[in-house]
Amino acid sequence: MEFETVIGLEVHAQMLTDTKIFCGCSTKFGGAPNSHTCPVCLGMPGVLPVLNKKVVEFAMKMALATNCEINKSCEFARKNYFYPDLPKGYQISQYAYPLAEHGHILLDVNGEQTKIGITRIHMEEDAGKLMHDEHNPSSYVDLNRTGVPLIEIVSEPDMRSSEEAADYLKRLHEILVYLEICDGNMEEGSFRCDANVSIRPKGQKEFGTRAELKNMNSFRNVQRALEYEIKRQQYLVENGGTVIQETRLWDDAQGATNSMRSKEEAHDYRYFPDPDLVPILVDETWVEKIRKELPELPLTKRERFIKDYQIPAYDAGVLTADKALANYYEEVVKLCAKPKAASNWVMGDVLKFLNEEKRDIRQCPITAKSLADMIRLIEEGTISGKMAKEIVEDMYKTGKSPQTIIEEKGLVQITDEGELIKTITSIIEANPGQLADYRGGKEKLFGFFVGQAMKATKGKANPQLVNELLKKMLA
Amino acid sequence: MKISSREVEYVANLARLEVTEAEKEKFTAQLNDILLYIDKLNELDTKGVEPMSHAISVTNAFREDKILDSIGTENSLANAPDARGEFFRVPKVID
Repeated sequence: MEFETVIGLEVHAQMLTDTKIFCGCSTKFGGAPNSHTCPVCLGMPGVLPVLNKKVVEFAMKMALATNCEINKSCEFARKNYFYPDLPKGYQISQYAYPLAEHGHILLDVNGEQTKIGITRIHMEEDAGKLMHDEHNPSSYVDLNRTGVPLIEIVSEPDMRSSEEAADYLKRLHEILVYLEICDGNMEEGSFRCDANVSIRPKGQKEFGTRAELKNMNSFRNVQRALEYEIKRQQYLVENGGTVIQETRLWDDAQGATNSMRSKEEAHDYRYFPDPDLVPILVDETWVEKIRKELPELPLTKRERFIKDYQIPAYDAGVLTADKALANYYEEVVKLCAKPKAASNWVMGDVLKFLNEEKRDIRQCPITAKSLADMIRLIEEGTISGKMAKEIVEDMYKTGKSPQTIIEEKGLVQITDEGELIKTITSIIEANPGQLADYRGGKEKLFGFFVGQAMKATKGKANPQLVNELLKKMLA
Repeated sequence: MKISSREVEYVANLARLEVTEAEKEKFTAQLNDILLYIDKLNELDTKGVEPMSHAISVTNAFREDKILDSIGTENSLANAPDARGEFFRVPKVID
């Protein structure tokens, strides 16, 4: 039987505010355990949470960037459950009236655009962190993360493959980082993803029973977990079994998803409006103010790069994956006016050096100006492309300008015709046999003479000029 | 009867409350009285009235994103029933 996969994703993104969502405690990662806490985030009786305005504005940015409608009025609700990482016994979240709904983003898979719907975006507080004792029946609680602002972005069940899901996640991640509202660090948990997966026989309208996957902390693991889960469900159905609705945890080492049996008790969160937090009204003026603050988004930038710089879609994709990289590229182009050459050097050499050392473009020792100068020197014929390969490596290692390196190493290309004619004349004189063979029709020997000329000039001869001169002088 | 004693038991369990048989009976009766009163409210015609979640008319109460002093690890743990080092200690929970 042929199956179709149906995937919906829930993404939790930590907002890059200085303080928590309902109190003035720091959101900084890595403080001493339980040091970033106060009566509000510890859930002491009688305290009053007050909403951080920046969280609303950041969430609005994401809503606008994903084409959502921002609701004129929204409110917070209490989601009740007991777990030691949640000191109040409830999480403050949004339920019946979320901040934004009905959005979408566009995916570009193999040149085809797919629209993935976004059901809703809401604000909520994060829970604390638990560590489990290996030897004693104890768990340890750190409440520094309690109350750190999150937005949850819920997609429609619009994805039909693990690749599509991974692509959606990457696009979402890219937008959050472009907006500078989330640092996107998956290992530290600033960007987390849960997936709902089901399968159905091809052509069937109704959805199959879904499993919820958790605990995937990289794009790769999300894709691996989905692939495993799709196979597991297909195998189950093909062998007469049925998929049950459950939460399954991804085990990276095992490469499998396992049922989370301990939480068998059905959830009954008894949501109700939080009486401590008053409704949030968002008017048109506020929305427009936020809209004006939006930067150029990745997709728009990509399209502009393709159109304005006439570079392939692939190049544009690589160059705009990181906003800082895109800025660097644009700076280089502005200074050398050679978009395709700039793209080749940035993507080929600069990114290769950076990736080898796991650095990003902000730490690149080659300034945009140096790279642009080097590209100009190639265009002007001062250096050859081959020499440039060597020079750019030195530029990366030393941070020196190309001009300095060329001077220090005496690398300037020989473009003086007179000098080259002298060199070629002596080569011809030294190889009468080859000359006779060439003139007799062995055209392959042309390469031999080019090689000799380059050797005699230690590779510094301008190759184009050598070719021209040889054609004349050998004839 | 709007709710049974089984539902009282269920809600008590969700709230981690232990109730005796006698209490269960008492609460069932009390909760039914409360729900009957809500039924009375339901008689009111609320067509065209927006649902409201708060009794006060205040909206948009915000704070600026400014760091305030936290109370520190020692104070945070001061009232904890159990702690170890810089952590709260609880009976082991595993997902």
